[in-house]
Amino acid sequence: MADVLRVEVVSAEGITWDGEALSVIARTTEGDLGVLPGHEPFLAALVPCAAEVLTADGNREVLALDGGFISVADNRVSVLSQFAKVAKEIDLKAAEHELAAAEKRLNAGELDDETRQHYLRAQAQVRAATLAKQSN
Amino acid sequence: MPASLRELRQRRKSVTATKKITRAMELIASSRIIKAQQVAARALPFTRELNRAVSAVANKSRLDHPLTRDVENPQRVAVLFITSDRGMNGAYSSNVIKTVAGVRQRLHEEGREIVRYVVGRKGIGFLKYRGLPIEAHWQGFSDAPSYDRAVEISDRLLEDFLKPTEEGGVDEIWAVYTRMESMLTQTPRVRRLLPLEVVEGVQEADAEHPEPLYLFEPDPETVLDALLPLYIRSRVWFYLLQSAASQLASQQRAMKSATDNAQQLIERLTREANAARQSEITQEISEIVGGASALADLTEND
Repeated sequence: MADVLRVEVVSAEGITWDGEALSVIARTTEGDLGVLPGHEPFLAALVPCAAEVLTADGNREVLALDGGFISVADNRVSVLSQFAKVAKEIDLKAAEHELAAAEKRLNAGELDDETRQHYLRAQAQVRAATLAKQSN
Repeated sequence: MPASLRELRQRRKSVTATKKITRAMELIASSRIIKAQQVAARALPFTRELNRAVSAVANKSRLDHPLTRDVENPQRVAVLFITSDRGMNGAYSSNVIKTVAGVRQRLHEEGREIVRYVVGRKGIGFLKYRGLPIEAHWQGFSDAPSYDRAVEISDRLLEDFLKPTEEGGVDEIWAVYTRMESMLTQTPRVRRLLPLEVVEGVQEADAEHPEPLYLFEPDPETVLDALLPLYIRSRVWFYLLQSAASQLASQQRAMKSATDNAQQLIERLTREANAARQSEITQEISEIVGGASALADLTEND
């Protein structure tokens, strides 16, 4: 069997997901990035997105990231994201609610960083949760 | 035996009630320490990965960044200190406040101004009472901080750090927190938060495991730009978690000694009450005996 990736997704509150994977897809500041085993050492900044991990046993795991970093070295992938969440654990309704609230604030003219961060985080969570639903 | 029996019993009852309360608080604190320690342990991977990433970037680029640059002759120095929201935890908050006073003294001698950032109601109350200025304060989460709070605090600190001194910015940021050494010892620590000293995070590349040559996307500087604020947040987060665990540990200890003291007091009061009761009985008997013999004398004389 070919090499596998050791993936670790850590958030500020602990390890969100870890395990072996065949590929990892995430969105960096430059665009979507797919990591396969044997990838060269790599460090990139992420933007809020729904990341996908194809696990070694053939499942697809979707994670909501709110930016952060991905680093790859020696088939070890670590994703660092402050509020990383596994899509299956996201309450879609609550996330949608949050997204709507953030959108409202943005439309009301609160264009500060914090509101934008909230909006993007909620958007990533909604996207991830929807994606996870589709694949099931 | 000055106090009356009734008074003694009343006091014993009230001390017993107090003991029940302190005992309950001791148990609550000890169950929450475990939780606080678990949270602190869960935050470790994040810090570890961040350190690794920072050291990877540091090996690659020259690390000249506004957040790592030392300010020559700093004028305004910010001190963030973390106290508790409530009392009943022994000398926890006053130890931190004392340490801050020491820092202030030192900075003062060097001719620098101190700007205070406070976490916890106790610290806020202390400064307000003395009429000392507070730049910013946060409260309501000292025993169970959330990461959002750490973000809030560190963003404020960063904002002030990046402002020019003339416009109310600060040149250096220090943090005073309480480190949880063990259940028995918690010591206040003083750490410089900004400018960053990343050097400690840079690992020596040994021959067997050379540091991989990372490819950066888009480039090391941009990555560092995004990395360092996270690093600050994770430091503040770490300080908050350590302080929360220390606070609970010191609360548990304080409540345990309060319970022990109450127990001792109860024992003493019980003994006094028994003695008082005994002497009351003795007095009654001797009164009866005295009365009876006086009566007997009276009838004999008749």
